[in-house]
Amino acid sequence: MNLLEAHGIEKRYSGHLALDDVSIMVPKGTIYGLLGPNGAGKTTLIRIINQITGPDKGEVLFNGRKLEANDIYKIGYLPEERGLYKKMKVGEQALFLSQLKGLSRNDAMKRLKYWFEKFEIQSWWDKKIEELSKGMAQKVQFMVTVIHEPELLIFDEPFSGFDPINTQLVKDEILELKKKGTTIIFSTHNMSTVEDLCDHITLINKSKNILSGQIDNVRMNYGSNIFEVGYRGNYDAIASNLGGMFEIINNNIENAVPKLQVKVSNPAESNKLLQSILPHTEVVSFNPVVPSMHDIFIKVVSEYNKTHGLSNN
Amino acid sequence: MKQIYLILQREFMTRVRKKSFIILTLLTPFFFAAMMVLPSYLATMEDTDVKSIAIIDNTGNFADAVPQTEYLKFSYITDTPVDKLKNSLEESGYYALLAIDSTSEKITPRLTIYSTKQPSIDVISHIENSLEKEIETRKLKSYNIENLDKILDDVKTEVNLRSIKVTKDGEEKESSTLITMGIAYILSFLMYMMVLLMGNQIMQGVIEEKNNRVIEVIISSIKPINLMLGKIFGLASVSLLQIFIWVVLTFGLATVGLSFITEKGQKANIEQVKTAQDMMGQQGIDTATIPTDIEPSEGESFITALKNQNFVLIIGGFIFYFLVGFLLYAALYAAVGSAVENITDTQQLVLPITLPLILALFVMISGIKSPDSPLVFWFSMIPFTSPVVMLTRLPFGVPGWQLALSASLLVITFIIVTIFAAKIYRVGILMYGKKYTWAEMWKWMRYKN
Repeated sequence: MNLLEAHGIEKRYSGHLALDDVSIMVPKGTIYGLLGPNGAGKTTLIRIINQITGPDKGEVLFNGRKLEANDIYKIGYLPEERGLYKKMKVGEQALFLSQLKGLSRNDAMKRLKYWFEKFEIQSWWDKKIEELSKGMAQKVQFMVTVIHEPELLIFDEPFSGFDPINTQLVKDEILELKKKGTTIIFSTHNMSTVEDLCDHITLINKSKNILSGQIDNVRMNYGSNIFEVGYRGNYDAIASNLGGMFEIINNNIENAVPKLQVKVSNPAESNKLLQSILPHTEVVSFNPVVPSMHDIFIKVVSEYNKTHGLSNN
Repeated sequence: MKQIYLILQREFMTRVRKKSFIILTLLTPFFFAAMMVLPSYLATMEDTDVKSIAIIDNTGNFADAVPQTEYLKFSYITDTPVDKLKNSLEESGYYALLAIDSTSEKITPRLTIYSTKQPSIDVISHIENSLEKEIETRKLKSYNIENLDKILDDVKTEVNLRSIKVTKDGEEKESSTLITMGIAYILSFLMYMMVLLMGNQIMQGVIEEKNNRVIEVIISSIKPINLMLGKIFGLASVSLLQIFIWVVLTFGLATVGLSFITEKGQKANIEQVKTAQDMMGQQGIDTATIPTDIEPSEGESFITALKNQNFVLIIGGFIFYFLVGFLLYAALYAAVGSAVENITDTQQLVLPITLPLILALFVMISGIKSPDSPLVFWFSMIPFTSPVVMLTRLPFGVPGWQLALSASLLVITFIIVTIFAAKIYRVGILMYGKKYTWAEMWKWMRYKN
């Protein structure tokens, strides 16, 4: 079941189309990656989901019914452009933001206590935000985003400003939330975290949804018919015998094992490739090269821009 | 509603706890009180330097025409010519030299005063008054009227105009134009000042939220219009609190200061009366004939007039006009703040907002003299100027229908303006990187959602 569905969203700002017929389906309890170059329209879509702005066309469904004003209490949003009142004390500010999310003062206090202990930041309560480092402030910000235990969490570049240790802390926290059944929409430019965390992705480019699906399917679909063969033997012997049928695109040594990358014309030819190599060398490994999200991102976006005569900016 | 209250509370608490707020709130009353007390204090302080002034009377008619006072001593000089003495005033220890010369007219002389420094107004008026009186008396005498002294005593009159306002029900109230004007001036000026002062603070607050990037965090939990309402209501409560403290402290301080001064002043007065009576006694005038029951004394009627102001109406009216007027302007200031990223960029945008306010101030100044003129009437109806101008009229008494009309117009305008300001605000707070114009804001107003 989908927690959130957006159907045919269109949003126009004076003369500029920010979103053009964009639809996404976010299944409950999954992590959904929202990818795309800068200015593609991701933030606009997120703002529409948060009811900060409304769509010109299309509708957003939450739990199967039309998104309502009160649903903002069930959504937690960590914007990319985020900050806190610099002159306000950490505790007071956390309390204020939690209450804005609909928690009573008592509930907010209890939960804040739990989180402050969990993050080991009790001593910050009476400090002003301006006295904290950027990473520390981000921690506070993360905390107040999840404090009201929303059904849907939207993180826009959640790891910016964190050192590797705190990045891991937040990553674990996100996985923990997922385990508890929270649905998470995740927007980032960091493709390796997308591979680590996301179950589904949507790639938005130039206001349009140009690629959607389960992350594994997407990666398989963009498999570039390249196989990697680890071998023990003479490279020249293989090369001279494969030359005519397959294209060798790379040969290097990785972890003390020489590896060949061979391109086939379609995936069904993998057996044929193996058969042609076997007589000439000893094969120690054989696997398809699955493209990284990074490669897919670049490939899909630049191909789209090329075919539509658009620039890459 | 709860969210608006949360925003209001935050705005209120953070502002009230600021050092600048505490200092401004506590120090301003001292300034106001000083302005009230200082004139009276200065009045009690006399110039206590003894000045001796030389008089050369070339007519020979004005011997002893200028009486001595405690601090002004006059000496008649006959042996030195004017030309010589006027050049050696300091050496001879005189403050000034008064030369009395005869003119073609028989009685009126030509008077000239020579001094090294500009003579003080006290000296000039003392000399002028005493000689005027002397000459008047002489002129009268030249008509040879019988019993002149008695007639003169008889015609001596002092007029004290009591002003009593009569309401429709025939109720009579002692009033004072001066007090009414004073109250009118204070009320409307407070309004004007607070809007300008707080308008700036609102813009700063909005810009700060934008620059902090806290704004998007907040509007994902609260509608922009509610955020804006919370902010302007928060600022309005801060202003009301500040005014309340100002009024209470100013009157407290002024009362203490004035009572201190009048205590001193009364002693001085009693002494003056005594010496006056002594002098009259010496001149053989029957002191008993001086009427002592001129009632009520000016001081008493001042207080009755103050008491008779309709304070319920004035305070109620002030709170209403201040609150709604403040909110009306505050919404506009918030809209402007949302369209910029830097307080220095607001100047052009703010001009159309401050213009009606400044206009209202000018009308207020003329309105204080003639609170029922058509100009003042219309400006007390127009919503953008009515908060200032109606407050000017309020202490003078305003017909009920005018008050009702002006108040409803103001409320309606407030609602409409706030809706449009909120539309600008909603778009503006998420716009970065540019300084926007009113034309662009006009476009934002028409955006859906």
